[in-house]
Amino acid sequence: MDFGSINPVLLIASLMVASTPILLAALGELVTEKSGVLNLGVEGMMIVGAISGFIVAVETGSPALGFVAAAFGAVVLSLIFGVLTQLLLSNQVATGLGLTLFGLGVSALMGQGYVGIRPPSSPRWEFFGLNELPVVGPILFNQHGVVYLSLGLVIGVWWYLRTTRSGLILRAVGESHEAAHALGYSVLGTRFAAIAFGGACAGIGGAFLSLVIVPQWTEGMTAGRGWIALAIVVFASWRPGRVLLGAYLFGGVTVLQLNLQAAGIAIPVELLSMSPYLITILVLVVISSDKRRAAALAPASLGRTFHASS
Amino acid sequence: MREALIRLEKRPTPSKLWSWATPLVAVVATMIAGGLLFGALGTDPIVAIRTIFYDPLFGEFAFYYRGQLLVKAGPLILIAIGLSLGFRAGIWNIGAEGQYIMGAICGAAVGLAFYPLEIRWLIFPLVVISGALGGFLWAMIPGILRTRFNTNEILVSLLLVYVAEQILAWMALGPLRNPDGNGFPGSRNLAQYSSTSNQELIVGWGLHWGVVAALIAVIFAYVVLSRHILGLNIRLAGEAPRAARFAGVNPERLVLLCLGISGALAGLAGMFEVTGPSGQIGIDFNVGYGFTAIIVAFLGRLHPIGVMLAGLLMALTYIGGEAAQASLGLPAAAIQAFQGMLLFFLLAFDVLTNFRIRFGGRATA
Repeated sequence: MDFGSINPVLLIASLMVASTPILLAALGELVTEKSGVLNLGVEGMMIVGAISGFIVAVETGSPALGFVAAAFGAVVLSLIFGVLTQLLLSNQVATGLGLTLFGLGVSALMGQGYVGIRPPSSPRWEFFGLNELPVVGPILFNQHGVVYLSLGLVIGVWWYLRTTRSGLILRAVGESHEAAHALGYSVLGTRFAAIAFGGACAGIGGAFLSLVIVPQWTEGMTAGRGWIALAIVVFASWRPGRVLLGAYLFGGVTVLQLNLQAAGIAIPVELLSMSPYLITILVLVVISSDKRRAAALAPASLGRTFHASS
Repeated sequence: MREALIRLEKRPTPSKLWSWATPLVAVVATMIAGGLLFGALGTDPIVAIRTIFYDPLFGEFAFYYRGQLLVKAGPLILIAIGLSLGFRAGIWNIGAEGQYIMGAICGAAVGLAFYPLEIRWLIFPLVVISGALGGFLWAMIPGILRTRFNTNEILVSLLLVYVAEQILAWMALGPLRNPDGNGFPGSRNLAQYSSTSNQELIVGWGLHWGVVAALIAVIFAYVVLSRHILGLNIRLAGEAPRAARFAGVNPERLVLLCLGISGALAGLAGMFEVTGPSGQIGIDFNVGYGFTAIIVAFLGRLHPIGVMLAGLLMALTYIGGEAAQASLGLPAAAIQAFQGMLLFFLLAFDVLTNFRIRFGGRATA
């Protein structure tokens, strides 16, 4: 066993990388849920994003185009969910589950010819040499663009929900769709936009996994990250800042257990591999044990079907 | 206000006719859309659909595939019956895959503990009970967390699937590994050990004890839902939660019951699989029955008889998919996408059960 091989600076830098897919997916889902829609298809949208991005990046040689395609692919999938739940008024839980099952199947189908290929590598940013700084260099100034995008989105979503008019309408729709409808706001329009935003974020997160973290395509490679993103939204009490905290906590556990595996610690590998899931469950338990608080934080119309009677 | 061209008008009560017709319409729509999908993949759609839905039952190799039908339908129906009870009450156990794995591990562990004793009358029932118990206890985790700590059972039950998969890998490589297996991962073969073997009851039919258990579960669920107070409570809690509370339904007890029953049935399914068709605990033991069963439950309208029919149909897509893989080179994932599509169409057409479609419009607002 050799703990000396674990470098704390690199640990934090790689923690940020490992957390990014979950952070993005959770931010997207947060906006979707704030509008009152519970989309359990995050896992499906992530994996479709992962393969769409992978295919386009491989075929065009451009990771940037890959990320655009990933967002597009996942948005298409999320719109299926939108049409079913918003126009055809289907049950959101069932439809979300269906989206995940369908996404896993479709992605495997799309990825047939892409197993074992390396995607074009996407460079890290260097900020004119700032990345050479000790400690803060590798952490703050030498990451992939998508990591900065995800951090920017945390601030962006916070700002949007808190200060903009459109963000206020979105929250109103999520708290009481009848009242928002009566005031003349478009419940369906708002929700469709929120669902699509959730899809785009999940797709980019998935592509970051297949293009940067792994980087390869394997079936089912998201391995439950979409579900963990859903758990993190609950953990974060629907607040963007806490989503960041939750995602990085999860990323930290993931990276740490990989490091411990590499260091050859005397704990079974399987036990280490299951630790992120166990810790997510533990955190969920702690956060939801205060019943009244948990109920007060969730958007009041979350998961309820809206049908305008007039 | 602008009048929409097409409006949905809520029906006073759900349409009985459409409630039974939607699964059929959805199946037909999926065949058409699936045919187009296969066409896009470069396979003749008609041939593909025939290979999946017709040939396994009536084609040249039907004698082989017909037996496989019950082997695949057994676990799907067993799991889906349990899930449908919970889904009716608004209790979402989506971690059946994990309960299936844990049932198989517990059953196999107990069976292997007796190896090589030959006392079938004692050991086989013990294995069956431990399988059910394994699934039951695994489902109790989300159950107790939900009732004691108000934790979302959807997320916990699902996350526990990944934990169960790790335990499975650990068991296959560690404690349950076959000592005479030359170091290969995987346990001893339970189907070849006479005390635990869940063999075919009628040769060539694929009818093993798991299929019998599935049939019993269908009858049990039918009786409970239509005749027993528990069934009434389940239906009430799902359709009118407030009324259920006034009627004295204890929601916590209902959560534990629904999760417990579905967990035990999923555990049984895993146990019958590991002692029969699969034979051993291996890393790739689970093949997604727990997730496909969710589709089966919805396709069967959460009704026991419907679930049975839906399980048979879904089993047909499994073996038809295998046949298409062998003869047409259709990728295995195509069937998964096909099954997901079926659920989408079902949910989409379900709007007709609860709503009337009106064209043009009255001058309301």
